[in-house]
Amino acid sequence: MLKIEDIHVYYGAIHAIKGVSFEVGEGEIVALIGANGAGKSTILKTVSGLMHPRSGKISFCGQDIAHAEAYKLLRTGLAHVPEGRRIFLQMTVQENLEMGAYINKEVSQKDLEMVFNYFPRLKERRKQIAGTLSGGEQQMLAMSRALMSHPKLMMLDEPSMGLAPILVDQIFDIIKELHKAGTTILLVEQNARKALQVADRAYVLETGSITLAGTGAELASSDAVKKAYLGG
Amino acid sequence: MGFLQYLINGISIGSVYAIIALGYTMVYGIAKMLNFAHGDVIMVGAYMSFCVTNYLGLPAVVGILVAMVVCTVLGIIIEGLAYKPLRGASSLAVLITAIGVSYFLQNAAQLIWGSAPKNFTSIVTFAPIKLFGGQLTITGEVIITILASVVIMVALTLFTGKTRMGKAMRAVSEDRAAAQLMGINVNQTISMTFAIGSALAAIAGVLLCSTVPTLQPTTGSMPGIRAFTAAVFGGIGSIPGAMLGGILLGIIETMTKAYLSTQFSDAIVFLVLIVVLLVKPAGLMGKVVQEKV
Repeated sequence: MLKIEDIHVYYGAIHAIKGVSFEVGEGEIVALIGANGAGKSTILKTVSGLMHPRSGKISFCGQDIAHAEAYKLLRTGLAHVPEGRRIFLQMTVQENLEMGAYINKEVSQKDLEMVFNYFPRLKERRKQIAGTLSGGEQQMLAMSRALMSHPKLMMLDEPSMGLAPILVDQIFDIIKELHKAGTTILLVEQNARKALQVADRAYVLETGSITLAGTGAELASSDAVKKAYLGG
Repeated sequence: MGFLQYLINGISIGSVYAIIALGYTMVYGIAKMLNFAHGDVIMVGAYMSFCVTNYLGLPAVVGILVAMVVCTVLGIIIEGLAYKPLRGASSLAVLITAIGVSYFLQNAAQLIWGSAPKNFTSIVTFAPIKLFGGQLTITGEVIITILASVVIMVALTLFTGKTRMGKAMRAVSEDRAAAQLMGINVNQTISMTFAIGSALAAIAGVLLCSTVPTLQPTTGSMPGIRAFTAAVFGGIGSIPGAMLGGILLGIIETMTKAYLSTQFSDAIVFLVLIVVLLVKPAGLMGKVVQEKV
């Protein structure tokens, strides 16, 4: 479904992604794990068109998207829940969801019910200004907002960041549910243990290159991964 | 009675500043730039209306409509030619470009219409209302100006609060990258903002010249700066702030001229701005945005 071939991405003179290739097949959960600064978020930004690769290919559902503009990609079924949630803090919960459905012209009641079904807490808070939500609720809103466009592939950047363990479990449960409902998921996580538990396949990223690849279980039991990311 | 008269006149001129300030504040909120050419778009609007009514002899309403259409197109062209290529450039580069556009418009106007002031005919034809046995005069211009600003304010509030396009504008103003991820075309949204701001500038130009009938290529620059002050005063980026800032500035200016000094009125107005910014750096209605780390 998503195929990335040998992309090189730069921040000015800094060579951030050095020839990364990987694939996400339809119906999979694929995790990208790695330390801070390894380039995980940069890869997602490059896929969603917020940045562009200097060389290499990115194709989504057979379409070349390496140089597509970010705002056009959501219409192809590719949604990106960015790092730090990036919800519209001065708008209400409802308005944030409406922005999620921006490409549909009108927000349908059915879609709202769908996301409230996943995250009942948001229903209670729909008139509230998003900036007043707790961190966990903001993450729920960020995911809901992306769901409003019915994406085929959802890219989640650090959904567990800064959340209490119980909320992390809840978010990962929802990721599994979304997956069951047919959404393909590309997950970027620092919480490697959690990510490897849910992932069908995973890639380990170190300073801009992929160093290991395998199924979630394989990587979780690999010595190198255990040592570097799972605390020995 | 004098006080009441000054107050009404102050609100009237303040309403013009407010309409201009709306253009500054919307463009700042969405494109994150100070469009110093905004004042000169006012002047172009006034000239357009002047030409249509004086040279073609058409009614004032047509003049206003033509001015609005021309300014809207002008705003979109200025944004597309001068500012869009600088997206992502340093804000200083954009600011200097805006000043350049301002000079360009003034000089182009001078080439086309000459530097001699034109006598603008007021768009308002009905007689002033006299109250309290003639002690208080409310001119038609005052009534039309205040009405227009109220209508514009209500319309803009509804637009940004209720419509899909208006909400998209707020989303872009808050987080440009996240807005793109929602499928919002940021470039188009910025053009739209310039279009709305410039159409408002055209209205402001006609209202301004109906009150102060001297029209020359520099007509827009001082009101433009005052309106910019008003936008900062009210809290730049905030629509109600621009409205409040404009009206307060108009009142302060008129009162200063009436009771303190005509010559120093601008100095006093800017002094008030300095004091407000010292006490409330984000302006009267500005939001203090906390940077989350």
